[in-house]
Amino acid sequence: MLTNTAPGLDLEASFEQALQGLGLSPGAAHLLWLPLPMVLVLVAAVVGVLVNVWLERKISAAVQQRIGPEYAGALGVLQPIADGMKLVFKEDIIPAKADGLLFTLGPVLVLIPVILSWLVVPFGQHLLISNVGIGIFLWISLSSIQPIGLLMSGYASNNKYSLLGGLRAAAQSISYEIPLALAVLAVVMMSNSLSTVDIVDQQTGAGILSWNIWRQPVGFVIFWICALAECERLPFDLPEAEEELVAGYQTEYSGMKFALFYLGSYINLVLSALLVSVLYLGGWGFPIPVEWLAGWLHQPIDAPLVQLITGSVGIVMTVLKAYLLVFLAILLRWTTPRVRIDQLLDLGWKFLLPIALVNLLITAALKLAFPMAFGG
Amino acid sequence: MTIASTTQLICFVALSATLVLGALGVVLLPNIVYSAFLLGGVFLSVAGLYLLLNASFVAAAQVLVYVGAVNVLILFAIMLVNKKENLAAIPGLGVRRLLSGAVCGGLFVLLIRVAFTTPWALPGPEPVGEEATIRIGEHLFSDYLLPFELASVLLLMSMIGAIVLARRDVLSSDVITGEAVDQGLIEKERTPLLLEKSPR
Repeated sequence: MLTNTAPGLDLEASFEQALQGLGLSPGAAHLLWLPLPMVLVLVAAVVGVLVNVWLERKISAAVQQRIGPEYAGALGVLQPIADGMKLVFKEDIIPAKADGLLFTLGPVLVLIPVILSWLVVPFGQHLLISNVGIGIFLWISLSSIQPIGLLMSGYASNNKYSLLGGLRAAAQSISYEIPLALAVLAVVMMSNSLSTVDIVDQQTGAGILSWNIWRQPVGFVIFWICALAECERLPFDLPEAEEELVAGYQTEYSGMKFALFYLGSYINLVLSALLVSVLYLGGWGFPIPVEWLAGWLHQPIDAPLVQLITGSVGIVMTVLKAYLLVFLAILLRWTTPRVRIDQLLDLGWKFLLPIALVNLLITAALKLAFPMAFGG
Repeated sequence: MTIASTTQLICFVALSATLVLGALGVVLLPNIVYSAFLLGGVFLSVAGLYLLLNASFVAAAQVLVYVGAVNVLILFAIMLVNKKENLAAIPGLGVRRLLSGAVCGGLFVLLIRVAFTTPWALPGPEPVGEEATIRIGEHLFSDYLLPFELASVLLLMSMIGAIVLARRDVLSSDVITGEAVDQGLIEKERTPLLLEKSPR
């Protein structure tokens, strides 16, 4: 494992120390610790989706000068829970001529890689499930499993709209995977590591000025466009284009299976926003480095209270940046018209791919020319 | 036995079982779509075995290349030409199956023999773990540079070949008659010009 000597909250170590203080063996303490971050992140992902659905409803309403959900709780905050409950209680229908096994397996295969990718999302120096060395590469490879689930559900529904939607979804996510990976590669080249923690660490030097967005503006735009396309958000929601394909691969789904698709797409949106903030917006970093703030206030950075505050600030900053990006995605949804499938593939292959390659080459050249500013 | 080694053993048995059963399913199932999906499962369990060997980079690359690209491409091809028609009966199917089964069985016995007679160095070399990415990069740009570059040339060649085959109608001159092809006409008219001109 990577050894991080940088200061920061290490909940794992303190938790295990506390349990060993109660007389447990180190192995048992570790076993008790293991499920905690996983459950926490799963809950965070689902709550993130609820918040996301509420924001989507409220912001969409505001864009269209409506009020939006109003009666379910204050400002309609309980509306997403009502939506979720409705889906839980709906009848689960499998069409008579559909392939039952693949029909059930499809949505599961779409959701699992997205949730697994939360492994590498850091909320602080030690606040992530696993600081695996291949970090961001794990996310790229996991997200390439998703098209199989989409193809599976499109095929198993035994419906022409579904099959076309599934094929479109797979074609779209394959074409946008490549510029996405190239954009990530440029960042990885600057930080000399695939690990998400190292990528953020490399951006913490001078607060907002050292964020990657200033050094990788083109990469940022490419990544954001590709992330929207991977999440099938408007303007790239062709796989479920209502006017042409009813609802694409989701046409035959109802109840909880549909909810899995719904959950998957929203978790993916939050995840993409989190990764944009990790890769380009300094992750958990505050616009002014917390070390400077602590220095100005004459507080030692290692004091427990300061550690607690900086840790909380880190989590708040990560989530805040991610939700600002989600806000942008929702505004984009109501601003841009949907592209056609040929325009979509043209944009991916003939525009984004060459630009991403040029961006990678320029980053490499700049890294050789100015190793100080571009990570030597 | 510690918790870690027990978990490892359980994972190994489960992954190997899915690998073997899935591979048998790929070969034996009559429905080609099931075979293709099972192939994805087989690739994933191979990636799982790499993970057990502490080779996380290779595992992720396996998922990205084989599951995300190769298997999706196979599925794409199957679903685009998915015709529900019964294949014509092949004469002597039983004998053919018997013969191919015998060949596979013989190969299997041979491989088993190789596996049992080879003196394996146990325990194997220490896994490099997270350093693997750096190590692979160093090898790719030093002693494996030529194969690496040759592979990229091969890929470029196959890509150009695929483009030429797929977009024969947008070449500037007709491949067979040698006449200049009007580009604007092709953009508007959807009928392939080449097919009508070609001698039958």
